[in-house]
Amino acid sequence: MNIADIFLNYYQYFLRGTRTTIVVSLVTVFLGSILGCFVALLRLSRFRPLSGFARLYITVIRGTPLLVQLYIVYYQLHFIHYPEGTFLGVELARIMPPILALSINSAAYVAEVIRAGIQAVDAGQTEAALSCGMTQGQAMRYIVMPQAIKNILPAIGNEFITMVKETSIIQYLGISDLMYNNGIVVTATYNPLPCYYISAMFYLALNVILGKGLNIFEMRLKRSER
Amino acid sequence: MNGNDVLFEIRDLKKNFGALEVLRGISTDIRKGEVVVVIGPSGSGKSTFIRCLNLLEEPTSGQIIFEGTDCTDKSVKTHRHREKVGMVFQQFNLFNNLSVLENVTISLEKVKKLPAAQAKEKAMALLRRVGLEDKADAYPSQLSGGQKQRIAIVRAMALDPDVMLFDEPTSALDPEMVGEVLKVIQDLAREGVTMVVVTHEMGFARKVGTRILFMDEGVIAEEGTPEEIFEAPKNERTRDFLSKVINVI
Ligand SMILES: Nc1ncnc2c1ncn2[C@@H]1O[C@H](COP(=O)(O)OP(=O)(O)OP(=O)(O)O)[C@@H](O)[C@H]1O
Ligand SMILES: [Mg+2]
Repeated sequence: MNIADIFLNYYQYFLRGTRTTIVVSLVTVFLGSILGCFVALLRLSRFRPLSGFARLYITVIRGTPLLVQLYIVYYQLHFIHYPEGTFLGVELARIMPPILALSINSAAYVAEVIRAGIQAVDAGQTEAALSCGMTQGQAMRYIVMPQAIKNILPAIGNEFITMVKETSIIQYLGISDLMYNNGIVVTATYNPLPCYYISAMFYLALNVILGKGLNIFEMRLKRSER
Repeated sequence: MNGNDVLFEIRDLKKNFGALEVLRGISTDIRKGEVVVVIGPSGSGKSTFIRCLNLLEEPTSGQIIFEGTDCTDKSVKTHRHREKVGMVFQQFNLFNNLSVLENVTISLEKVKKLPAAQAKEKAMALLRRVGLEDKADAYPSQLSGGQKQRIAIVRAMALDPDVMLFDEPTSALDPEMVGEVLKVIQDLAREGVTMVVVTHEMGFARKVGTRILFMDEGVIAEEGTPEEIFEAPKNERTRDFLSKVINVI
């Protein structure tokens, strides 16, 4: 069987897997970003214990393999009862543990991106805002954040794209994502190489679309700022 | 002059950065209408001193009594104090994300809570005074250094501060733009705006200053009128410093 035959005969597997990959990616990016903002806030806090905790969190996440984190979260948080039911056709109770693990992982990187983006704004901007009678909060909101966003967005886009690719490890928990279905087709056809090419195309397509979306978003933002 | 004219009473002001004693006991009064020019060698603490006056630096000890209340007191709202103390920086620090007009209106709207139309009117009138109303919609990156600094002055003046602080307002400018900025500051001085100016422009200090503070190693080593300081400096250090800066010019 050549690549076209495999695709025509088994495309449903790839599509079903892609759907799961998209759902897991979207939820992870969403949860990871929210958690990441929170960790960034802690990290930038002037209260030592909070910033210290955030620093430790980031160090641990960045210093251990995602696969190890995935298993630790899976076994450690076994007691949680996830809600029954499905989300966009994917069973919640099955995908929540890997989504949690991926989000916890992503949050550390998102937090670093946000922190770096904020700290890259010249301290003189804050000083000028304060000298005009603004509070710390106003200076952050009206002066620093609008400038930091421009540093943060491109880097966070990279993080999103990385996350989409890294969801491929959830196959090890038996989740029916793109790579898991890829495995099924490999077993059925005894012809791995074309399968991997097809999967690669799907991941690439997802990320090209995601990249385009992020670009449009960035352009919009730039236009509204200037 | 009576006691009511005093804006700032600075009492034994000290500031350390870690083990480094940058200000080692500064005491002086700043009265309404004065143009106090601070001169001194690099690293003597001029910037630190002026930044303490609007609490961008927190004093280590001592008192800064502003209009009768000690603004180093914890109960004083720092941002309320800063509304009354305008500041102009060496590096301009215009808000890069905002247009020229918005640079001026933002604090009118968010701090003074002026309605947008009124804020705009006030900002445009001030921009007109420095000849920059045609730049209202430009962004800081599109302006020359001299234009940026004139707008920074307008931004600070818009809040009707009781005193203006200038930290080397012309040191980051190309030489041909120094004049236009000094002229704006001089005009403000003529109108009676109280100001504290850190500068290396000795001509300006002499012409516009009403009192000169010579700072050295974290203390006011000598103070007096421009004549006293420039014609007959008493302190050895002052003489030494002046001979250096004036020879350079
Ligand atoms: N935030 C800070 N942390 C540590 N040290 C500082 C800080 N700000 C200033 N200093 C130190 O304090 C001393 C005085 O600095 P300051 O900027 O007040 O001097 P200055 O008189 O304004 O000098 P210049 O003419 O070069 O601007 C210097 O030795 C400087 O390195
Ligand atoms: Mg200085």
